[in-house]
Amino acid sequence: MRTLRILLALVSALLAPAAAHADQMLIIRSGQDFEGAMLTLQNAIAAQGYTLARVQRVDVGLEARGYKTDKYRVVFYGKAEEVAALAEKHPQLMPFLPLNIAIFAEGDQTLLATNRPGVLGEFFPAPELKPVFARWEKDLLEILEKVREAR
Amino acid sequence: MRPAIPSLLLALLPALSALADDGARLYAQNCAACHGERGSGGIGVPLALPSIRALTTEEYLRRSIRHGRPGRVMPAFASLSAAEVDAIVAHMGSWNPGRPAEYAETRIPGDLANGGKLFQKHCASCHGATGEGGKGTGVTLSRPREQTIMAPALHNAGFLASTTDLQIKAILTQGVTGTPMVSFVRKGLKEQDIDDLVAFVRNFEQSPLARPDAGKPAPEPVLSVESPYDLKTTVANLKRAAETNNFIFIREQTLDEGIVPPGRENHNQQIVYVCNFGLLAQALNTDPRVGLFLPCRFTILEQAGKVTMMASNPKRLSQIFNNSELDEMCEKLTKMYLTIMEDATL
Ligand code: HEC
Ligand code: HEC
Repeated sequence: MRTLRILLALVSALLAPAAAHADQMLIIRSGQDFEGAMLTLQNAIAAQGYTLARVQRVDVGLEARGYKTDKYRVVFYGKAEEVAALAEKHPQLMPFLPLNIAIFAEGDQTLLATNRPGVLGEFFPAPELKPVFARWEKDLLEILEKVREAR
Repeated sequence: MRPAIPSLLLALLPALSALADDGARLYAQNCAACHGERGSGGIGVPLALPSIRALTTEEYLRRSIRHGRPGRVMPAFASLSAAEVDAIVAHMGSWNPGRPAEYAETRIPGDLANGGKLFQKHCASCHGATGEGGKGTGVTLSRPREQTIMAPALHNAGFLASTTDLQIKAILTQGVTGTPMVSFVRKGLKEQDIDDLVAFVRNFEQSPLARPDAGKPAPEPVLSVESPYDLKTTVANLKRAAETNNFIFIREQTLDEGIVPPGRENHNQQIVYVCNFGLLAQALNTDPRVGLFLPCRFTILEQAGKVTMMASNPKRLSQIFNNSELDEMCEKLTKMYLTIMEDATL
């Protein structure tokens, strides 16, 4: 009975159109320390076919001005042709490009936080952008999963 | 082509047996960042405490996952299937040998006036004057905090939709061992007082706490201002305008710097970063996740002879963090961004 209920739930979940995400942030915890998780993240970004654009050292700026903070960086990544084509056709997207992920230490563990790319679909409803955001989300989930599983 | 349901079912059978360890995986993917890998707490309450297990029902957990805590960081997990929610709840059960509680959905009648008086006297210091919860929900990731367990919001649609009157009564009667929430029977309250408090908390449902943007159309995701100057002058003006508004210039780059080979950048698309470090520190202390959109960034674009300044709108971004403590700060930031861009056109 219970098995049947679970099966039906699974089937309806598979057949139903994707539900709206109330969970608009993706946030994961890595068992690796900050340096380890940062390295895993950069490798995962490259393995997914993206170029690492830059690492913004938020903690360094804060500490230079006397504020206390644990390690805190923001990693930017993108694909050259894709960024160029999107900026040309959809300049409103530019403030969100390249894509980024915040990575920060919590003791000897590391947290990663970013928005679901799918959220951009609410900001920019143009139908031709939908598959782009969906692909970003799929890629991002794989990237985050690698960092989460790394030991 | 319609999917063949029977073969789809067959294909799902292996997936089904995998559901048990799926609980652990789903918990790790969706919950561990905030609640700790084994429910020890990080932000939010320590879910794995035996006392919490003994006082909460599995239905409370299922509903909490579904509804989240609007405005209190914990999202509503609309994207998880019923089976996935069940798997997570089963996994949480494995932390403790004890059995979960069971309560009927009975409503407990009580004197609201007396409940309100008692609430101000005994509860407001931790749960807030209107039951909105202790301050600092988002603080705890990566930053020190004063109290190890934040008093949760009681005046919250997600909590009220998840809990039952009998659960609230049990918590008030027994306290939650291992947390600052003590037994109020031991503190001298009579059963009738407890019932009055339960009725008062339940009555929060009648007056939902309004969030500033509730019911209003969502703000634009992008703020943009046209510049009467060329790109180079606009960038210079923007830096100057930021400095007059107490922001420090951080860096200037092309949009594609780092992703195209050096020398191939498109100079018609520039990014200018500026920062007010006091504000940045304050924002990160409120919710470290907002560093994703900080320091402040302006994008300047020249297209067909027209120069436009753009910034993502903090007021809109604030909504995706589900943290009402950020709303006011983000609204202020939106105003600052607009002021800086408008000053740059003078
Ligand atoms: C010293 C601070 C403090 C005081 C005073 C206090 N609480 Fe709590 N309360 C907490 C904390 C911390 C928790 C979280 C415990 C946990 O992890 O479940 C809590 C949990 C609760 C819960 C369960 C909510 C949930 O989301 O799990 C209820 C209901 C509650 N308190 C009601 C009250 C009422 C009513 C009063 C006044 C009679 C009161 N509390 C007084 C700190 C306090
Ligand atoms: C982004 C951070 C975050 C994530 C992710 C998150 N939670 Fe929470 N959760 C919180 C916070 C914060 C609270 C306390 C809300 C308050 O203070 O009012 C909470 C409260 C809860 C409560 C109520 C606890 C109590 O004693 O009343 C439960 C149950 C819970 N979360 C379960 C989960 C589960 C299961 C998941 C994963 C499916 C999850 N949470 C994901 C932040 C989070």
